[in-house]
Amino acid sequence: MSEFGPSGLPVPPPNANLETQRFWDATAEGRLELPRCDACDHVVWYPRDHCDHCGSASVSWFTASGRGTVYSCTVTRRIGGSWRKAAPFVLAYVELEEGPRVVTNIVGCDPETVHIGQPVQVVFDPTPEGPALLRFTPA
Amino acid sequence: MPPVTIRGKAFIAGVYEHPGRELPDRTLPQIHAEVAAGALADAGLSLADVDAYYSAGDAPGFGALSMVEYLGLDCTYVDNTETGGSAYLVHAQHAAAAIAAGHVNVALITLAGKPRTGGAGPGGSARFSSAPEASFENQFGMSVPGGYALAAARHMHEFGTTSEQLAEIKATASIHAQHNPNAFLRDVVTVDEVVSSPMISDPLHRLDCCVITDGGGALVMVSEAVAASLDRHCVPVLGTGTAIKHTSGGRIDLTHTGAARSGPLAFAEAGVTPADINYVSIYDSFTITVLITLEDLGFCEKGDGGRFVSDGALQSPGGVLPFNTDGGGLCNNHPANRGGMTKVIEAVRQLRGEAHAAVQVPDCELALAHGTGGSLATRMGSATLVMGRSK
Repeated sequence: MSEFGPSGLPVPPPNANLETQRFWDATAEGRLELPRCDACDHVVWYPRDHCDHCGSASVSWFTASGRGTVYSCTVTRRIGGSWRKAAPFVLAYVELEEGPRVVTNIVGCDPETVHIGQPVQVVFDPTPEGPALLRFTPA
Repeated sequence: MPPVTIRGKAFIAGVYEHPGRELPDRTLPQIHAEVAAGALADAGLSLADVDAYYSAGDAPGFGALSMVEYLGLDCTYVDNTETGGSAYLVHAQHAAAAIAAGHVNVALITLAGKPRTGGAGPGGSARFSSAPEASFENQFGMSVPGGYALAAARHMHEFGTTSEQLAEIKATASIHAQHNPNAFLRDVVTVDEVVSSPMISDPLHRLDCCVITDGGGALVMVSEAVAASLDRHCVPVLGTGTAIKHTSGGRIDLTHTGAARSGPLAFAEAGVTPADINYVSIYDSFTITVLITLEDLGFCEKGDGGRFVSDGALQSPGGVLPFNTDGGGLCNNHPANRGGMTKVIEAVRQLRGEAHAAVQVPDCELALAHGTGGSLATRMGSATLVMGRSK
């Protein structure tokens, strides 16, 4: 049985680990926290305890804006498994204001209207276990 | 001192593509064994001659460790490199290097799988769910076509590429596939039929997607001394390149592939340019895979792929750059959901003059095979081989 979130899309629980626990804990409280490199200011995505840009082992967490723009998007119309009932839905890369492009869904709108370059804002789609998935809605 | 090179030091002596596309009555190891026997027979060699074995994630168990025993091999060199569907080209590069270094005389590379009748594809969900990126990508319904659709949509946005241009690639592959009696899809399809087929994930239609087939294939690579002893045309490996292209910490550029790095490495080692190539086998998990790869390999400018593939440019014979004359993954075969092996096999057929007469490139002197493993939407292993004419 698949669970569906307020967005109407499946909300499979993430596998948190020692490096990503803080990220997921923040989403449960409705905050987008990201690690930033203490040496070169690179915003690290996906979250990890080192900087993939300069190799520094020192990163600090900060609260990101949750704003972004659609870098690419597709309306998925045919898919198997627990997503079948959710189709058509929008799969997208959103470029966060802080730099990283993240895999996500655009929700809360007509899928046919979503387009590249569209400004979007994060929404937190809670999973049954507490952590929320980052999804986005037109700003 | 000139750089050390593998150019011309290793030869593809045997190739075999399993004729089956649905194999419910075979075990996975059995298919590996059948293609191994087929490629060795093609070369005029036997299992006892093999001293190196290469396998990827499609091989069960410990990969080489399990398969060397199952096949009854006696090996002093093994390689389990896993880059998805491109792995078999990476294996060919590694085998060429090992042969050039004198470590290996006869290398066997096998691929097998039964995604059509045997359930799940290769890999194993536990390995993938524990990957560091897993929870940041797998929670959002990214199907394989959905991921490639993200790349296609961005390419269309930046360069004006159209669905009709992508459809040209499938239409051309189908023209080739009609001559291949083993092809999974043998019917010629038109551009209109491709863009009228059901939309899977915008802008990719069902006919923009490759086939799902059981089957497999194998390569046998040998040293110059072994090649000279065989009564078979052996194809020299002239240039090789591998590159991993990933999301760069979330700064992914969806309009490029790893071919932009693996291609120049292979051309440089071979000492040739894209204009010298007579035939290409281009990884074709989707039509968009072909289009972006052709740009990245330098056959046209970045962004110009849509215009380049139009008007029969990829058709054999007669097109400016004949491609995938077996029908490719789009029509013929994509065994184990991995198309790299069959790319090399058809390139070898072309260089030997053993492609189907209707699609044989006249005087084929130089061929290129390119593999793309993983996903255009996230991380991929890209591998390029440049091969010369049979001796």
